[in-house]
Amino acid sequence: MRRPLIAVVATLTLAVAACGNDDGNGNDGDAAAGDVTIGLSISTLENPFFVTLRDGAEAVAEDAGIELRVSDARDDAQSQANHVQDFITRSVDVLVVNPVDTAAIVPSIEAANDAGIPVVTVDRGSDGGEIAAHVASDNVLGGRLAGEFLFEQIGDSGEVAQLEGIAGTSAARDRGAGFQEALDAASGIDLVGSQAANFSRDEGLTVAENVLQANSGLAGVFAQNDEMALGAVEAARSAGLLDDLVIVGFDATDDALAAIDSGEMDATVAQLPSDMGGAAIEAAIAIANGDDVDAEQSVEVQLVTADNVGDFLE
Amino acid sequence: MSATTQDQETQAREAERPSWNRFFERFGSSGPLVGLLVLVVVLSFLSPAFLTVNNMVNVFQQISVLAILALGMTAVIITAGIDLSVGSIVGLSGVVAGWTFVEAGLPMPVAFLAGLAVGALAGFISGLMITVGKLPPFIATLAMLSMARGLALVISDGQPISGYPDWFRNITRYQLFGVLPLSVLLVVVLFLLGAAYLRYRPSGRALYAIGGNEEVARLSGLKVQREKLKVYTAAGALAGLGGLILLSRLDSAQPTAGAGLELDVIAAVVIGGASLAGGRGSVSGTLVGALIIGFLRNGLNLLDVSAFWQQVIIGAVIAIAVMTDTLRRRSKH
Repeated sequence: MRRPLIAVVATLTLAVAACGNDDGNGNDGDAAAGDVTIGLSISTLENPFFVTLRDGAEAVAEDAGIELRVSDARDDAQSQANHVQDFITRSVDVLVVNPVDTAAIVPSIEAANDAGIPVVTVDRGSDGGEIAAHVASDNVLGGRLAGEFLFEQIGDSGEVAQLEGIAGTSAARDRGAGFQEALDAASGIDLVGSQAANFSRDEGLTVAENVLQANSGLAGVFAQNDEMALGAVEAARSAGLLDDLVIVGFDATDDALAAIDSGEMDATVAQLPSDMGGAAIEAAIAIANGDDVDAEQSVEVQLVTADNVGDFLE
Repeated sequence: MSATTQDQETQAREAERPSWNRFFERFGSSGPLVGLLVLVVVLSFLSPAFLTVNNMVNVFQQISVLAILALGMTAVIITAGIDLSVGSIVGLSGVVAGWTFVEAGLPMPVAFLAGLAVGALAGFISGLMITVGKLPPFIATLAMLSMARGLALVISDGQPISGYPDWFRNITRYQLFGVLPLSVLLVVVLFLLGAAYLRYRPSGRALYAIGGNEEVARLSGLKVQREKLKVYTAAGALAGLGGLILLSRLDSAQPTAGAGLELDVIAAVVIGGASLAGGRGSVSGTLVGALIIGFLRNGLNLLDVSAFWQQVIIGAVIAIAVMTDTLRRRSKH
């Protein structure tokens, strides 16, 4: 009696999953002046970051007078595959994809390659297929800005430590490389510890406690993301060093912005999703016109400190 | 610690053994404790910051969550089971407590109990899948790992939930006599209770019999399924408690809190001399195992060893610790 039951459950699951899959295709504007059509597949419009990215893309498309079609995959890789398939069927000139998942998107990109449609990835990349251009935030620049600000705050001399993200991830590598650039350019700064805390707040707390324990004269901490920086805030609070220690994070999450506003953290680095969306469409238009574009395009990032945190707080 | 059925054999061998070995036997098995002492001595020489009161307090604080989870895991592993879901339950219980306080606006003690209850419930469901559903523990708790983590993300919408009363944060900040954090005191009390349960309570001793040979345990009249259900529920409740301690330490409920922690917990229990085949393990050994992991991580941070090498070293230490123990055991037979 087991097997039929399993079959029924499986069928029901599939049925429910199918019902939940509606095609979120919006913004089918009339064909504009240009005869270029670009399909933009967004991972999810339930995240404000990507809504801003879409708005930036639409603004550039409108200025250029081309047709932009946007689809929202609602963070579901299966829906995204369907949307990309639709774009290929309608034979858009260029496909811009913000993947839900870097691995799951590969078959869709290969399908676009087979159909001869160039692909631009934005924010997240793809693990395979041919990509004409990848547009993402300049993490190296962000790491450098964070480092320069940190050194300036401690008077360009003293001991600093770094909390690293998950070893081997591109974010950890690039942000660390940028911080290293700032470090190489500075004299009088001593990096006494650089330890992995895997982008998590609880590990950030533990590692920051240990680094503070080993280096009583520590003046500043750069964390490769805000979660670890907030862990360092708790460690500094327990050690009674919150006012003395300069803490800089990366990502501009809501918690971090609040911590900067209250003076617990000193700075973070914000990505600019609107510019990212715009840059992706500009690259797509250039490709459609047959121009050469850089395969890797970096979008500016911005340092957020107590002076401008008000612009980012909602 | 050996199973009750092997007690007579043990006593017979006890007489042939040198006395220092017998001294260590009281602390579970000697291998882990010797390893811990060696580790502490080596790290003291390598880093001046290591053997200080402040650093010791830090390490005890840092392993308090790991130790509480490992206590439940010890009981599970003694019954020849495994619980992969404890890391996810840490995340879930914190998020449930956070949601209850911040979103539902209920008082913090209620939120605390809700977090504890959801941990126990998750453990209870794992136990039902194992005893009634006849799933292997590995599969049942792997399913629970996924479900609990998913629920934590659903409830929190993937965002951290912050903003708790000061008194709740101070639970883990307050230090008795200026040196002993309350969370460490809690670990000590729980471990004493756990040790007493396994040693003196019939249902505690029954766990060794179940892990040694489930069929024989059942035929000798032990309520095997009921004991198993209790063990997984307790492991879930302890994981819930661990999540609440983490919540107090971080002042923020993280949906991803405790990810991967189950591997550290299993490592602590196994380094402490428990056998994944069941029937063997001790609370004191587990505490030593958790301390080895805590001191190792702390020492590597103090020495600023690169993250890549840390992973290599920690893996090697786990392998060496367990190997010396099993080889020592083997040589006695």
